[in-house]
Amino acid sequence: MLTFTIRRLILSVPTLLFISLVIFLLLELAPGDPMAQVPLTVPPEVKEKMREALGLGEPMHIRFWKWLVQFFWIEPQVLIDYMFGTTFSEGDLRVISWQTRSPVMDIVIQRIPQTLWVVGTAYVVAIIIAMPIGIYSAYRQYSWFDQAGTFVSMVGFSIPPFFSGVLVIVIFSVQLGWFPSIYDTTHEVTDWASFKVQLQQMIMPVMVLALQITAQLSRFMRASMLDNLNQDYVRTARAKGLGERTVVLTHVLRNSMIPVVTVIALGVPSIFGGAIITEQVFKVNGIGQLLIGSIEANDLPMVQTLTFVFAVLIVMFNLIADVLYGILDPRIRYD
Amino acid sequence: MTDLSNSEPQTAPRSQWRDVWIQFRSHHGAMFGAIVLLLIVLGVYVGPWIWHVDPQFLPQGRDFINLRDTRPIYVALWEPDAKVNWAHPLGTDNLGRDTLARLLFGGQVSIAVGLTAMLLSLFLGTLVGVLAGYFRKADGPLMRLTDLFLALPLLPLILVASLLFRDPLAAVFGAEGGVFILIVALIGITSWMQTARIVRGDVLALKEREFVLAARSIGTTNTKLITRHMLPNILSPILVSATLGIATAIITESALSFLGFGFPPDFPTWGRLLNDGVDRLVSYPERSIWPGIMISLTVLSVNYLGDGLRDALDPRIRGR
Repeated sequence: MLTFTIRRLILSVPTLLFISLVIFLLLELAPGDPMAQVPLTVPPEVKEKMREALGLGEPMHIRFWKWLVQFFWIEPQVLIDYMFGTTFSEGDLRVISWQTRSPVMDIVIQRIPQTLWVVGTAYVVAIIIAMPIGIYSAYRQYSWFDQAGTFVSMVGFSIPPFFSGVLVIVIFSVQLGWFPSIYDTTHEVTDWASFKVQLQQMIMPVMVLALQITAQLSRFMRASMLDNLNQDYVRTARAKGLGERTVVLTHVLRNSMIPVVTVIALGVPSIFGGAIITEQVFKVNGIGQLLIGSIEANDLPMVQTLTFVFAVLIVMFNLIADVLYGILDPRIRYD
Repeated sequence: MTDLSNSEPQTAPRSQWRDVWIQFRSHHGAMFGAIVLLLIVLGVYVGPWIWHVDPQFLPQGRDFINLRDTRPIYVALWEPDAKVNWAHPLGTDNLGRDTLARLLFGGQVSIAVGLTAMLLSLFLGTLVGVLAGYFRKADGPLMRLTDLFLALPLLPLILVASLLFRDPLAAVFGAEGGVFILIVALIGITSWMQTARIVRGDVLALKEREFVLAARSIGTTNTKLITRHMLPNILSPILVSATLGIATAIITESALSFLGFGFPPDFPTWGRLLNDGVDRLVSYPERSIWPGIMISLTVLSVNYLGDGLRDALDPRIRGR
């Protein structure tokens, strides 16, 4: 199991390198100029100097290499320094935002918990809701519960998050006034009352984000359960006299989880895409909103880093899913 | 003996597509989806000939004050003093433009983007899938490429690219044409992976069949073998992913427009209209809700259509 995990970990390195190259080449073609805001009275040779100070003007491959070094060598050092009070990174140049003139990673670190918090909760909530629905609809195929589940998940799958978000704001914030329409990230949970406030402001973004995944997952869960329920081993288990609960929840469920885990992993890129939209709708100041803001401000280092952070998150979640896959299905481990 | 004399079959043999149609018709959701989708497409493309109002028309002077911010006519049912105007059944926006006309126009753009992007992604997916499945040497690299594309953060990349290439393309093809080409290309390039995987799997299975061997033994070239023998046999998964591709393309386009990275503001699409309405959501919820309903309804009907097609085209399910 450990070698399997390590092999997957090593395999993700070329993936990340490829992604960083794609992002870098994409931004390389950018027509935007960071000197566009500088007054016209500044002479051209000074502008050229400023451009060089920002690290532009060197050949492409050197800049790609420098960015890689900054991102994979210097930034981890900064993190170690921050955690243990050492001074590895002293004097090293970090990736600087053109917008705020401060290190990009500092801002990203400030913003990342909000995104992960909302996305993570949404994913967990979605899985918790989707699994029982899928299991029960498969167990009672073509019952009214199954029919209703099919319809609701089809609708849930079709309503895009930017519409469902707006819709719940109109209903629950404007008409009923139950929940706030803006997510307040400065809110701190200290006691029971503030926890309730936190719960109230989280419920709408999380549910909007969870709706789509729930719809998709419950369909896959149902299909996969149906495939397994008619297999011979299920009949054997029943013939041995095992209880219905053990048969369905232990034997069938474990085997049905294998394709579902793949779907959970493949859904990660789309949930981060959904998170960008949800953050925009509910004004959560996570990395999605930061990305939109920095694209609009033409802040290339920030955009580059953020897109890469998204890629790292996606690859990381895929890795977790792969490992889970290995735990669920021993055949995978020994290929 | 009399029975044997009547040996010729009286009715024509049932064709495959007739069977498909019979199965499709029995799927209520799919029929509902097909009819709703047909109605939406017809309404959006034929509607402007019946509803003659120009979506870009801006009333001037006193008309502007009178015509702006009218509510839909049904609001008068529960708010007797609401500002309604029978000439504008769905109301007008804050510049006095007719909402119904803008909805119809926006629908044309959204559906056109969805269809073209779907065709592009279908072409790319089929190409990659057939090449990977048919030529063993290409299989490894092409499938690794597919996996890499699946790991890309697609929405951030689309957002970045849509901003970077907007001006160069707009300079060549005009503001709207450039954005159209850009968005279609971006959606097409980032959504072919599922099709490629499905097509590759099917081609791999087909390649081992006897009829391919027979075709090869009479000297059929690779190109002919793919176009005459492979493609017709993988038509059904391609058709299914085509319908689902329309749904994703429409959602992605609307998401881009919603985030402000799509078409220019005076060129309405459903996502753009939704976004424009959000700022005045409390006073005029209908401005966001109608485009949203249109997007959701289109996507829902397309999804049901795809579901029904999948059942109808699968011979194992057909006839059950």
